[in-house]
Amino acid sequence: MQMADTPYQFPDASGHFGPYGGIFVAETLMPALAELREAYAACQNDPEFIAEFEYELKHYVGRPSPIYHARRWSEILGGAQIYLKREDLNHTGAHKVNNCIGQAMVARRMGKPRVIAETGAGQHGVATATVAARYGMECVVYMGSEDVKRQAANVYRMKLLGATVVPVESGSKTLKDALNEAMRDWVTNVADTFYIIGTVAGPHPYPMMVRDFQSVIGKECLEQMPDMVGRQPDYVLACVGGGSNAMGIFHPYIGVPGVKLVGVEAAGDGLDTGRHSASLTAGRPGVLHGNRTYLLQDEDGQIIETHSVSAGLDYPGVGPEHAWLKDTARAEYVGITDAEALEAFHKLCRLEGIIPALESSHALAYAAKLAPTLPKDKILLVNLSGRGDKDMHTVAERSGLQF
Amino acid sequence: MSRIQTVFQRLQADGRKALIPFVTAGFPAPELTLPLMNALVEGGADIVELGVPFSDPMADGPTIQRASERALAQGMSLRKVLETVRAFRATNADTPVVLMGYANPIEAMGQERFVAAAHEAGVDGVLVVDYPPEECVSFAATAKAGGLDPIFLLAPTSGEQRFADVARAGSGYIYYVSLKGVTGSAKLDVDEVARRIPEIRAAVGMPVGVGFGIRDADSAQRIGAVADAVVIGSRIIEEIETNPGEEVARVRDFMRSIRAALDALAAGKGAQA
Ligand SMILES: Cc1ncc(COP(=O)(O)O)c(C=O)c1O
Repeated sequence: MQMADTPYQFPDASGHFGPYGGIFVAETLMPALAELREAYAACQNDPEFIAEFEYELKHYVGRPSPIYHARRWSEILGGAQIYLKREDLNHTGAHKVNNCIGQAMVARRMGKPRVIAETGAGQHGVATATVAARYGMECVVYMGSEDVKRQAANVYRMKLLGATVVPVESGSKTLKDALNEAMRDWVTNVADTFYIIGTVAGPHPYPMMVRDFQSVIGKECLEQMPDMVGRQPDYVLACVGGGSNAMGIFHPYIGVPGVKLVGVEAAGDGLDTGRHSASLTAGRPGVLHGNRTYLLQDEDGQIIETHSVSAGLDYPGVGPEHAWLKDTARAEYVGITDAEALEAFHKLCRLEGIIPALESSHALAYAAKLAPTLPKDKILLVNLSGRGDKDMHTVAERSGLQF
Repeated sequence: MSRIQTVFQRLQADGRKALIPFVTAGFPAPELTLPLMNALVEGGADIVELGVPFSDPMADGPTIQRASERALAQGMSLRKVLETVRAFRATNADTPVVLMGYANPIEAMGQERFVAAAHEAGVDGVLVVDYPPEECVSFAATAKAGGLDPIFLLAPTSGEQRFADVARAGSGYIYYVSLKGVTGSAKLDVDEVARRIPEIRAAVGMPVGVGFGIRDADSAQRIGAVADAVVIGSRIIEEIETNPGEEVARVRDFMRSIRAALDALAAGKGAQA
């Protein structure tokens, strides 16, 4: 599933993207990761696996997802044309399910009857629970107890789908702690358990494997854009939490000249307030959750608490491939505040009749800043990574409403 | 010869086993770490493992997680851990100190600066849970050149290739994690450990310590019968946690009970497991 026609060949055999990535885990997991690397390599070269993956994406997820020209919004902004890649129309409402299907299929081939996952907003948890139900696998989802409170509807969705949701009480009780707890479960139950990581982070081969499964997004765009507008876009924009929806749409475009890649991080209350989740924009390289990457950390190397209005971007690290794309300047990373994201959220609701996820609203907000600075014949392609149904509560609360 | 090698040679000559307790630096309070280290030695510790608290201790169970959180909440940091070791060295020139923790605080300080500062403070070895041999070729070399023994883990899942990898990268001793799980788990399978230690020792050519799940004199003795060293962590943290105000005395007494059990082995009076 690698691009054969570009010189970009990352990660290397040991899972590194330049100085980033790698396998920074305790010894107990090293053999499990070696086993996973082998199993995944076999799947990658197996036409049956690829055919099954494509079948599932088509008939279960509803792919290919369309691209939509946000005409009214573009017109009002008065500059470049904004196109939306509609991952919000996928089954379960976000891009997350693409990856869950791929990993669950690998798990099945490895004979692992039990899957575990971490989740922040609950989107990856719901997607994992969905796929586990579909394949008849036992499913345990770790979720910070703070997030369990904030995302009650998604907790209930996971339970409906037959998953066990375990609230995590340690640390900051959010996504990073859920990831720690999922790792602890994996160390303990490594023989029969497959850990479905929800983003392009974690130890090798996860960043590569998740990217490969999510790359369907960008591969479709490569075909759809010429059909629709006769050429590739000038900019591709996506929000970056761990970075999976961004990597999924960026990766097939890395070797395409003239296409600018822009990742949009959560600047929360503002980068200067310290209350944000912008690891690439405001962090320093370090080691967490199995890989070397940009992290939000204090002077002593302790991971600091992050903030974003969107739970899915509320993470102090970022996938190592984004760190590499930043350092090599193949992609640019910017920040969007809570307030800016909410404004874009409302704009898309009112002008296009689409309720976007708060995560995706960050990418939309940057598009809205960029478009007016560009001529009308420029094209911005925004990955609309998910729909906003899950965010009703947060948005209502921000507007002073209660259900 | 390093302090760690000296200890193992002396013990081997006496037919005794090393007792290696672990405490989280800064728990229950930063000012208690030095008295606790001294109490561990008085109670019979041969090497002291000092945990460097980290915000995201992925390989630790609830007990050591709580200890790390409390230590960090009171301002413990890698720099302060090194100050504590320096204070310990002012009165103890012989007992090796091994720092155990996670990669990021070391990365934040810088690997070379860390090795120099740790050696200068009197640290003897360093065990970084999330630096497997593959990811720390240069760190292990820097540590060795700077007078620190890089200590590696082996696990029940490790195969022969892993033995060779850690043998090449490590020095001092090898830490065999006795079970699949996090620190503080209670699933210790002594027979399984007994089966694996001889092949590991032969393959790595270093003393082999065993930790995770050792909680009392009986399990210490049964592990001591097959391993070169017994590592006890969570159980000591629990002793501290449940005896506020009397931590130092209770830890000393607990250590004495384990020491006596291990020395009974040497005297040939050990319970045959
Ligand atoms: C809709 C949506 N977009 C984006 C993200 C952020 O994740 P990533 O950066 O891996 O795409 C999430 C995470 O929950 C999400 O639900």
